[in-house]
Amino acid sequence: MIFNLFNRKIFTLLKVQYSNMLEYRVEIALWAISGIIPFFMLNIWTNNNLNESINISDVMLSRYFLCAFFVRQFSVVWVVFSFEEDSLMGKVSPYLIQPLNPFFRYFAQHLAEQITRFPFALIIAFFFFIFNPESIWIPNLGILLLSIVSTFLSFLIQFLIQSIVACLCFWTEKASSIERMLFIPTLFLSGLLAPVVSFPEYVKSWIYLTPFPYLIDFPANLLSGNETNISRGLSMQIIWIFLLFPLFKKIWIEGTKKYTAMGS
Amino acid sequence: MVQNIIDVRNLSKSFDISSKEPGLKGTIKHFFKRQTKSLKVIKDISFEIKEGEIVGFLGANGAGKTTILKMLCGLIYPSEGSILVSGYLPFRRKENFLKNITLIMGQKQQLIWDLPPIESFYLNASIYDLDKFEAKKRIKKLSEMLEIDEELFIPVRKLSLGQRMKSELLAALMHEPNILFLDEPTLGLDINAQRNLRKFLQKYNNETNATICLTSHYMKDITSLCKRVICVHEGAISYDGKLDLLLKKLSPVKEILIVCRSEEDAIKLENSGFTVKNKIKNEITLKIENNSITSSLKTILNNFDIEDLFINEPPIDEVIGKVLIKKDYDI
Repeated sequence: MIFNLFNRKIFTLLKVQYSNMLEYRVEIALWAISGIIPFFMLNIWTNNNLNESINISDVMLSRYFLCAFFVRQFSVVWVVFSFEEDSLMGKVSPYLIQPLNPFFRYFAQHLAEQITRFPFALIIAFFFFIFNPESIWIPNLGILLLSIVSTFLSFLIQFLIQSIVACLCFWTEKASSIERMLFIPTLFLSGLLAPVVSFPEYVKSWIYLTPFPYLIDFPANLLSGNETNISRGLSMQIIWIFLLFPLFKKIWIEGTKKYTAMGS
Repeated sequence: MVQNIIDVRNLSKSFDISSKEPGLKGTIKHFFKRQTKSLKVIKDISFEIKEGEIVGFLGANGAGKTTILKMLCGLIYPSEGSILVSGYLPFRRKENFLKNITLIMGQKQQLIWDLPPIESFYLNASIYDLDKFEAKKRIKKLSEMLEIDEELFIPVRKLSLGQRMKSELLAALMHEPNILFLDEPTLGLDINAQRNLRKFLQKYNNETNATICLTSHYMKDITSLCKRVICVHEGAISYDGKLDLLLKKLSPVKEILIVCRSEEDAIKLENSGFTVKNKIKNEITLKIENNSITSSLKTILNNFDIEDLFINEPPIDEVIGKVLIKKDYDI
């Protein structure tokens, strides 16, 4: 029963946030288009034959970057910016005295945006295949389902990391500047600019201990059919979620004690 | 016997405030060595509020009224002292406590800006575990009380301030809280909207016996809703008691304008021992103490030829204004 009630809250939140997101469909289309970094990177890699050094064919590399684009579309998180603005403007106050953690609102907002982005992402993929017909492939159902799960887990990891940083608003007010510090490792180590396999062996062993390669590299490799250790990837994603969640909870409880309800 | 629903003991709240000198030099200094000091905004206050009471919090800007409300509803953490609201420690924000209260801030909104209010209402219904049927029933009842109908289906951004405020109220009351914290709920509303809102709050209080804690700079809100007021001056309570007692204390004298039949009568009255404020031809204004009004008027009507008389109450804003600048009222 508790599960049903909880589901109803999340479902209603999702429904409302989806209606809200549809008000901004043009902006969302533009956001989807702005996420085409992987295609630029694909161009750089193939034009310079960089893939030869890591033994990945042109076709597999183009599939990897297309999948990186997809994973990024469905795992991108901006909760730190939303929460910072709401916190500074005092908009968090009414939500704090409701029997639902305000982060569920942001969570639903992100999921609703992902649903809104989906058709735009498909259109971009359609054009990608027109220009790269040799890259067309149909992943098997099992792999597709595992990829969806791992993309969602990637989203959860990023959401938790950013939520922890967002909670620093209770102490510093400008938590987004701390998020900027995480942006560089996320960009380079997540697989957005280059597959992690391209890093030197000793660097790779360290990278795989961080959460970054499980944000894009692992789900993108999984979906594109590149060689990857599925059980290690999924286990690491789950371990990171289990490590980050209690940390978020702790920092949330301590942070709300510091809340001053500014701007209201 | 009516139970205390709010119990506050020796409550204090301090904020760390950083200050910066003006100009480039001040900015650089602020960057390298930030000056922060602890500012005690609420100082050791205690009070109780009974179930069903409507209590007005009065005070100048920055006196600490809103901070008190924020602590009472659990939004901010107290630095010292204890608060019990409906048997709960508010800052723990337990689900059952949150389902019992609501906070309405005149300047802040919880409605989703780009969607019609009805969407936010259904969202609130699910957050407060109301089923769809019950939610519909409550929306209907509250929208009738608030006299809003078509506005429920228009995006919030297109509503007028008054319509928005009514919708905010509906969203905040859907879960039928029995304690309402209202921070300047009539801010920015026109006179009619203010009156309607006051009428609504009174009706809500009568029908549900809800406890209401209210801050407002519009004296009409206070005088028409609150029998009891708590005056806050620089973070401390300067008066806690009945509003009419405070008014009597603050304005012990009434002005009475008497129109005599002739100027001779006015001169006779002027010399009869009453305190005269002014006299113009046959019109004379007397200052009479509240406790001797009846006997004084009897004497005047029996001994002088009076054409008309008017009793002038001093403007309430002027009277309450005195509270805002005075530290202590011992009544």
